[in-house]
Amino acid sequence: MLTIHLTIVLFIPLATGLLGAFLPPGWARWAVVAGTVGVLAYVIFMLADFDRTSAGLQYVTNDRWIPELGIRYQLGVDGLNLFLIALTALAWVPCAVVSAFRVPERPRLYFFNLALAETAVLGAFMAQDLALFVIFFDLMLVPFYFLIGGWGSGDRVRATTKFVIYTLVGSLLMLAGAVALGVLSTPEGGSISFSLAELRERALGEGTQQWIFLLFAAAFLVKAPLFPLHGWVPDTYRSTSLPVLALLSGVLSKVGVYGFLRIVLPILPEGSQHFQEIVIVMAVVSILYGSVLAFSQDNVRLVVAYSSIAQLGFIVLGIFALDGNGAQGAVFQMVNHGLVVLALFLIIGVLARRASGSESLAELGGIAFRAPLLATLFLIVTFATLAMPGSPNFVGEILILFGALDTKLVYGLVASVGILLASVYMIRVYQRSMHNRVGPKVESREAGLLDLGAIVPLVAVVVALGVYPQFVLSRTDRATTAKIAEAAGQAEVAAR
Amino acid sequence: MIAVARAPAIDYAALSPLIALVSGTVVVLMAGLLPGRGVQRVVVPALTAAAILAAAGLSIWVWDADDPKTIIEGALSVDTLSVGLSMLFYVAGLVTVSMSARAIAVREAGAGEYHALLLGSLTGMVVLAQADNLVTLFVGIELLSIPLYVLCSTELRRATSLEAGLKYLVIGSVGSATLLYGLALVYGATGATDFPAIGAAIGERVSLADPLLLTGVALAATGLAFKASVAPFHQWTPDVYQGAPTPITTFMAVATKTAAFAIFLRFFDEALASSQTEWGPALAVLATVTIVIGNVGAIPQRSLKRMLAWSGVAQAGYLLAGVVVGTRLGLKATAFYLAVYLLMNVAAFAVVLVRERASEHGDDLRSLADLGRASPWLAWPMTISMLSLAGFPATAGFIGKFYLIDASVSGDYAWLGIVIVVGSMISLVYYLRVIAVMWMGRVEIDLPTVPPRRVRAVGGWSPEADARAQPEVAGIAILFAALIVFFGIYPDWLFDAASDVGRALGPLL
Repeated sequence: MLTIHLTIVLFIPLATGLLGAFLPPGWARWAVVAGTVGVLAYVIFMLADFDRTSAGLQYVTNDRWIPELGIRYQLGVDGLNLFLIALTALAWVPCAVVSAFRVPERPRLYFFNLALAETAVLGAFMAQDLALFVIFFDLMLVPFYFLIGGWGSGDRVRATTKFVIYTLVGSLLMLAGAVALGVLSTPEGGSISFSLAELRERALGEGTQQWIFLLFAAAFLVKAPLFPLHGWVPDTYRSTSLPVLALLSGVLSKVGVYGFLRIVLPILPEGSQHFQEIVIVMAVVSILYGSVLAFSQDNVRLVVAYSSIAQLGFIVLGIFALDGNGAQGAVFQMVNHGLVVLALFLIIGVLARRASGSESLAELGGIAFRAPLLATLFLIVTFATLAMPGSPNFVGEILILFGALDTKLVYGLVASVGILLASVYMIRVYQRSMHNRVGPKVESREAGLLDLGAIVPLVAVVVALGVYPQFVLSRTDRATTAKIAEAAGQAEVAAR
Repeated sequence: MIAVARAPAIDYAALSPLIALVSGTVVVLMAGLLPGRGVQRVVVPALTAAAILAAAGLSIWVWDADDPKTIIEGALSVDTLSVGLSMLFYVAGLVTVSMSARAIAVREAGAGEYHALLLGSLTGMVVLAQADNLVTLFVGIELLSIPLYVLCSTELRRATSLEAGLKYLVIGSVGSATLLYGLALVYGATGATDFPAIGAAIGERVSLADPLLLTGVALAATGLAFKASVAPFHQWTPDVYQGAPTPITTFMAVATKTAAFAIFLRFFDEALASSQTEWGPALAVLATVTIVIGNVGAIPQRSLKRMLAWSGVAQAGYLLAGVVVGTRLGLKATAFYLAVYLLMNVAAFAVVLVRERASEHGDDLRSLADLGRASPWLAWPMTISMLSLAGFPATAGFIGKFYLIDASVSGDYAWLGIVIVVGSMISLVYYLRVIAVMWMGRVEIDLPTVPPRRVRAVGGWSPEADARAQPEVAGIAILFAALIVFFGIYPDWLFDAASDVGRALGPLL
């Protein structure tokens, strides 16, 4: 029996990326593709092996790393991050494969960055030590800085600089917050620790919790992003190459939101309670703002970009409803949104190639005529995005709304309008690109084998989750509910 | 009473690193007089390196964390703080010697003089780091500064080099005068020149609220701030850094700053330790101003050396945070960051030097254009150095900043920790620009054009465009960048050294 060792999963991509850097340029891509596939295989095994009856951490790795600073190398998996790790592992495979067949220039550097990015994201999801989380969270930016700036299009340097500065401003504030959290929670005579489990025990005063909450929220809300912290989104989405954008939008945006569940709610319950209303308002505004802007965009990428803002709004709403159902739905919806966005961006890549590179809705149209398979896949993804019953997003959003309606009725009602708006803008995209009159530069042709090979598995997973959402929910249930109970429970104690 | 002249008992073992440096200075100066090209190009640098290595070896020999000594009647203090930071001087000195191997300055000024001045300045730094007395403090600071004034203008045929030397001389002298005046007032108020005695006097006879002492401390701090290029006393830094020969700029950037912080730590955290609550807020404000001014000043710079100068100002602000808190943790964090600061700046300056010699753009940002494709072995060290200076994880810069923030928050200066991260945010603008220029193809540099400083080969060999033409400098860049990553992932050894340094200075909390 293979023992699951998270360190191996975590460093497979980086190892293959480094290996690729020293191989001939043509080989680097296969090394990294092999790495991503290896991670996926390992994670599938982990999914099968995962003990769903336990609410605690599994496969824990806990070693000393920098004792002077109290930083430990501590990894673990529970219901909260299991499927986010799976999402990461799944997402990187099609993106690496698609890149490998359409070889970018300077392939060794490209694939090294791609591999480093996977390690960093996996690390952020697995970390059970606050400082380790911060390290991986910041480290993610380095490969994406290079990937956007080196292989993007248009005004890519400006875009990547904007992206990094926006997100790192948040991350650095979080760094200060994390250090403050570690130092201020150290009991008299005790030694400093950043272990999440330890920090949960060491309660902080309410005032301290509040300002530290703001520092963390800055990092997570920019990363998500939520209105009004989304300034980096349009430029970045326009300039990033599609496989990278799929990862950025599908996976990276989840790290921040995950941080709320993993770190902020359990460790800063009173802070979360205090700012609950404000975050919820931001979430609801994001839902409406994102939906309305998605409707008015001409560039397909930007439609997806703004719809992501709306979706992330939903997820944050689910978390800050501070209700078991809402959080369950949020975790599920993170996975769904990741899968759907990945598929969407890969499909957009196909559309753009059919329309001689254009991604403008005005120039697309009529692609479905000779591409029934592509049209079917796109339709399934579209339905999933607008949360049609039968899609996993339906389950996710319903759970979120249950949670929100339970605790914050008014906001829940306003948010449900967002679901309606989603159907408007997604159907508009589908119609304009697949049906309507054939665009001037459009050539209707079935998607190639490579693209189908990348898209079909993702769509298959979406369909499977729609049919059997219990697979995810039964595994996430305990850990998620426990996290919420901590936040809600401790806050109630404080209120009394 | 009969005055008996009694020579102080001297512990020659503890003094031996200084003896090695001073005799090295003399030998090198004499050796430079010998005829022959080989002497100038090989013998003199080799003797200089040997002197530095001997001093380093002797320092390791006297290293004893458990037994701090004061020697020569309390004039010098041989403890882990001074010996530990001396190691950084020696590394900086060795780096400077090898970076000077092809320098025009050496040929113009004469190898013997150049290297003897370098060793002299190094001696001053060691004295300053060991100074436990107002008089040795001043002797150290002058001994380190005066050779540097000369070294700045060793590229005799370039006007900007002469200008840099003159500017540094004038401003440095103002700084020294201010410092001296301040030290005199401190002596006047406390009646003591030894730091421990000053510390004791402040506890008993006089408080920092005493106007005489307060003025003295303020003036002394101002003088030290000149040397450490702490704002608002930093204005000389960009001009001098840009004008001086690049090896000397590197030396000033890393070694002078380390020396200045060594004495900052000793003066404030030993002599004035008991009144930390009074001077702490003032220095904290100074640190904040420095961080903001340094980072904002670096943004519009096209010249890499000017940019690194401003970034050095900002880094001085970060370092000051470790002094402000006046705790053992702050001392350790400052020492740690000084070591990291050395690694980052040496790697960056080495790349600048290689490009400056090879490219027609001198030290302009354009000299790095597309370096990622042309010579990745130079582009990677620069990238790593910039990422580390900006504080990205997996580099030593991240750990260093983490440590400093840790020290600030633990010392009840949480807001200073936030100032540090705000400074890092601003710094992204100019650090990332360097990386973009190297890796991301054609980048529009939207900055006012300044005519770049061109370096002409005056005679002898002319450096080729290839990094391999200057293996020693490129090697330094690669080695130091590798160390940045190594210590970013496995910082234990640096922490061990820092915690040894942290055992120095008695009266700390």
